[in-house]
Amino acid sequence: MHTITILPGHDRHGNPETFEPLHLRPGDTIAIVGPTGSGKSAFINDIEVFAQGDTATGRRILLNGAPPPEQFVRDPACKPIALITQTTKCLADLTVGEFLAMHLRARKITECDLIERTVALANEFTGEPIRGECRISSLSGGQTRSLLVADAVIISNAPIILLDEVENAGIFRDRVITCLKKTGTSVIFVTHDPLVSLMSDRRIVMGHGAVLAVLEPDGSEAEVLKRVTEIDAYLSSLRERLRSGEVLNETVVAA
Amino acid sequence: MKLIIVAGPPSAGKTAVIRQILRHLPEKSAAYLKIDVIYATEDEEIASEFGIPARKVISGDLCPDHAGIMVLSDALLWAGKEGAEYLIVESAGLCLRCTPYTTESLGIAVLSAIGGTHSPYKMAPMIALADAAVVTRIDLVSQAEKEVFREGIRDVAPDIEIIETNAMVGTGMRYLMKMIDALHEITDAAGITLRGSPPLGVCTVCVGKKQIGWSNHFGVVRRLDSAGSLFRGE
Repeated sequence: MHTITILPGHDRHGNPETFEPLHLRPGDTIAIVGPTGSGKSAFINDIEVFAQGDTATGRRILLNGAPPPEQFVRDPACKPIALITQTTKCLADLTVGEFLAMHLRARKITECDLIERTVALANEFTGEPIRGECRISSLSGGQTRSLLVADAVIISNAPIILLDEVENAGIFRDRVITCLKKTGTSVIFVTHDPLVSLMSDRRIVMGHGAVLAVLEPDGSEAEVLKRVTEIDAYLSSLRERLRSGEVLNETVVAA
Repeated sequence: MKLIIVAGPPSAGKTAVIRQILRHLPEKSAAYLKIDVIYATEDEEIASEFGIPARKVISGDLCPDHAGIMVLSDALLWAGKEGAEYLIVESAGLCLRCTPYTTESLGIAVLSAIGGTHSPYKMAPMIALADAAVVTRIDLVSQAEKEVFREGIRDVAPDIEIIETNAMVGTGMRYLMKMIDALHEITDAAGITLRGSPPLGVCTVCVGKKQIGWSNHFGVVRRLDSAGSLFRGE
């Protein structure tokens, strides 16, 4: 069980941040929102490196109330955090099965059904089927990210996942969130996406490199979330119909 | 004077790592020397960006690491005259075989995480004789590849400090900076030696013969079936 605590630092001009120490517990989902350049990626980078006042933001990150042991920061196999950014890719020229087997070997894990379970989970996240024989280099962006999230949950078994902008096409965001909640994985999303923001337990609003507010929905957004979920489902269905070559000539009722 | 020697293949991010080191060091406390073969502008960039003394050596027909070894004692004198506390030397990173690290220095090997999972083995001597391996572009690769890459470095150099970073942003550099802060002054500049033996320039390719095949050459020659396995540079 890991609890991460984020202690305030300062904004880009050196003014101290005012938020209360922020605790991230197993199964928590947090969305980081704010305009481009507001410090969203810097925030999750602080968590990823377990900043100890030695990054540009001056924040400190504690693990179970104390600075983490060095091994937890430096050895990826001990580190409780997996970061998946928009630029993270699998570069190896291998099949999906070989790639996952390589990761299992690096972790000295011998359980043999993990490859199938990882591929099956990745397929829950994406509508474009991934097979073990697919070459990694031929996967789409959505497939790759689905596979990386599944790999982080099942093989890395990371209790905390940081996702930098997961809203790329080809991945079912709501299923990712539901699955991560179910497995007790804590997750921090950097996001511009209304659905991801509204589905999260808490929302951190960034500006000028600082945390401006930590919002905890009190149920007052439930109506909007319901509507956004419907709109998202509608857009997904349109996407599928367009992809299959349909002409969308039905009448549309104004919202 | 404290000496930092940075080696690594072309485009691994050596200069980006050096920029982060310069940002960490007290302002204007360092001098910078770039060794390259044909062309280099890093000295001008570093000089204008940090306002520190910087120069380059273009090795031309000479092996750049050999050139670097030749000029190093002059470079230490030059950096001293410029009033620098640190001399940072950046290698050309040409052949992956040379190990320009010396005694009384901090040797840093810079590798790119996108260089492929076998690359630590391919530059074994450069890693094995360094104090730290800095893996750049770590933000671009998946967790699996990160872990496999790390194992490759450990295979080559079990005790080396591994620093994983996005060198443009400087994430994860704190452990490298700790090593730099702990670096000792040079006590005997005249007694500095290389940590390993560089490749010998004694084959006839070195003196300009262009024919291929060992039978056209003399000196140190190699046949196809006398190849070894992993070479660590000892």
